[in-house]
Amino acid sequence: MKITKARLFAIAAATAFITSGHAAFADELSIMASGGAWQDAQRKAWFEPFSKETGIKIIEQEYLGDLGKVKAMVDTGNVPIDLVTVETATVLQGCDAGILERLDYSKIAPREKFIEGSALDCGVGLDAYGDVLAYDPNVLKEAPTSVLDIFDTTKFPGKRAMRKFPAQNLEWALMADGVAPADVYEVLATPEGVDRAFKKLDTIKKDIVWWDAGAQPPQLLASKEVVMTTAWNGRIQNAIDKDGAPFKIVWNNQILEYDMIAIPKGAKSPDLAYKYLAYISQPEINAKLASYITYGPVRIDAASFVAPDALPKLPNAPDHMTAYLVADTEFWGDYGEDLVKRFNAWLAQ
Amino acid sequence: MSALEPTKLDRPRASRDWSAADSGTARSVAAALRRADLGDRLRSLALAAPLLVLLALSFGIPIVLLLSRAVYDPTIADALPQTSQALAGWNGTGLPDDAAFLALAADLRSNQAKGTAYELAKSLNARLPGARSQVLKTVRQLEAADRPPLEVMKAVPFWSAPGTWPVIESGTHSVTSFYLLSALDLRWNADGGIERVPPEQAIFLQVFMRTFFVAAAVTLATLILGFPLAYLIASVPKGLAAILIVAVLLPFWTSILVRTAAWTVLLQKFGLVNDLLLWLGVADDRLDLMYSRIGLIIAMTHIQLPFTLLPIYSVMRTIQPSQMKAAYSLGAKPFTAFRRVYLPQVFPGVMAGCLLTFIICLGYYITPALIGGASDQLISNFIASYVNVELNWEMAAALSFILLVFTLALFGIFARILGLDRLKLV
Repeated sequence: MKITKARLFAIAAATAFITSGHAAFADELSIMASGGAWQDAQRKAWFEPFSKETGIKIIEQEYLGDLGKVKAMVDTGNVPIDLVTVETATVLQGCDAGILERLDYSKIAPREKFIEGSALDCGVGLDAYGDVLAYDPNVLKEAPTSVLDIFDTTKFPGKRAMRKFPAQNLEWALMADGVAPADVYEVLATPEGVDRAFKKLDTIKKDIVWWDAGAQPPQLLASKEVVMTTAWNGRIQNAIDKDGAPFKIVWNNQILEYDMIAIPKGAKSPDLAYKYLAYISQPEINAKLASYITYGPVRIDAASFVAPDALPKLPNAPDHMTAYLVADTEFWGDYGEDLVKRFNAWLAQ
Repeated sequence: MSALEPTKLDRPRASRDWSAADSGTARSVAAALRRADLGDRLRSLALAAPLLVLLALSFGIPIVLLLSRAVYDPTIADALPQTSQALAGWNGTGLPDDAAFLALAADLRSNQAKGTAYELAKSLNARLPGARSQVLKTVRQLEAADRPPLEVMKAVPFWSAPGTWPVIESGTHSVTSFYLLSALDLRWNADGGIERVPPEQAIFLQVFMRTFFVAAAVTLATLILGFPLAYLIASVPKGLAAILIVAVLLPFWTSILVRTAAWTVLLQKFGLVNDLLLWLGVADDRLDLMYSRIGLIIAMTHIQLPFTLLPIYSVMRTIQPSQMKAAYSLGAKPFTAFRRVYLPQVFPGVMAGCLLTFIICLGYYITPALIGGASDQLISNFIASYVNVELNWEMAAALSFILLVFTLALFGIFARILGLDRLKLV
């Protein structure tokens, strides 16, 4: 076969077309979030306005909050995602294990403008959420008054759902056993404290249905599989507002946590990722999420931008900050691995 | 003697020559045949080569690489080169000399400089609970460098605790039995023997037993349901049989996730099954079918039914009805004819179906996660958790390895009893 000039030209044109195609795709930002009502809210508050403003297309991916998939990508050097939403404990784990990029806050926003504990080395806070108790007043005639009521099986008989993870459950167990909120992490750092927490959990072990994904608690309540459940406040509020569910939230003894977003090591477009992080970290943009899901902003100066009708439903609304505990990220970074191991062994027995 | 000798020598030689000539021909024929065979075999092998290469690359190599992580973990050895050297002459009892403490301090600092301190802390922590925070704490104190390294090391009680150094020493060997032993709830004790781990840490033997129990229960249930159904399909007219087969296959073509989700709708507390039981008056209170062992077995039985039924059916189809009639005509009662004429012929199909279902059940993951309770999680759920949540791939590899060995052993036993050629899968 003779390679004619025309053929050469055709090949060159095809190559140019393919490469230019790539260039056109370069303005894409791939974000992995944990799905459900929360991802929908992010889409409306942040993804779509960001795309409109910058012309950068956002590719959404879903995952269940564990780092295994990301680790596999980083290990094999093939990282098709630019940003991943994670929990605080996972940020520390991923930071230490070299899976997540250390962030340059000069490209995002001043670090001191974030609520304490919501701007970490490898992850930026997105919002604040509460681990709360939810129930259906049509099922429970007497209303629980604190999250700790989940341990009271005589007053509130029936199955209850808790998250299949030691964090929060161990804290609540200790508080229900009489430890003051301020001392919880100090006690939990001792082997006796851990034994004490598991002993308290033992008392309701046979009554617990365990959930993994944030979408499960409202489902478990709706199907009347359980009489009460621990939950992320936004998921419950979403079921109340969007589906007309009759659920009620108990705020007393809630545990406050932050959702985080991080850049995996070796991400294809870190510049675009920083652009996005800078965008959502502006106070007025940060406050917008609260209009779509009841999670509070993490920028200290964002409170005044929150829509007035959204404010009373936020976990960090003044009314809900009477009895609460802020999750200790450092503690879970240090002891998380051993406690997860112990928790899994306890579950299996 | 001398007279006999030649004959004695002659005869064998003669016969040897003869047989040699004979076997020479036979051998050349056999060799020719083998050559022809080899040619055939090579040709067919060449045709299958793309598949074999694909299998090796996409299936074989990753499996071997992943499983090798169960026994090969060089993290600690790579991170502690000086300590390894310093411990070379240590007898393994008591505390090593100060040189070893200093070597460890130096290694810790170099890891901090390289950014690998966390990997080391995590690897040590897997073998020595609590080591993670101690390593990171010590590294921070060494960094501060306001005291000599030896003093820093001695000030952290963890490094002088009785169990610490033997674990560090064992970690300096890249090939380790630690994860495989852990997968069987075993560990090395201080005297170099193998012992059971304390009861609050022991889980895997129990989970393996549970996995085998659930697999066996599901296999039995599918056999009880599947055998009569296969018999029915094999004995009705062709048109009806085709409809029944499609009825069996339709759910088979639906994804496991969808079928599992459907079962959660049926089995939940205010679901259809509970409604039906109440309405029929079978139960007087709503049963906890979700998040329970019984619900798990029901859902798995439904999903596995076609796997047991199809091999049985394919064997049943080939049995001539005339054989049973012949048995009756010779005076056999129906049960005797079934037992002595029918059953031995369908047996390979039954065994194949049961084996298939049993082995697939050993790897169940989604259904136990969605329908089972916390104490119904099977071994695959733990493997998934080690891969995804805890990022401890060594442990996941060790559990997978043990499961693979169990499964292969089981397959070997079946093949031994039945003969591989008698296992009729389809």
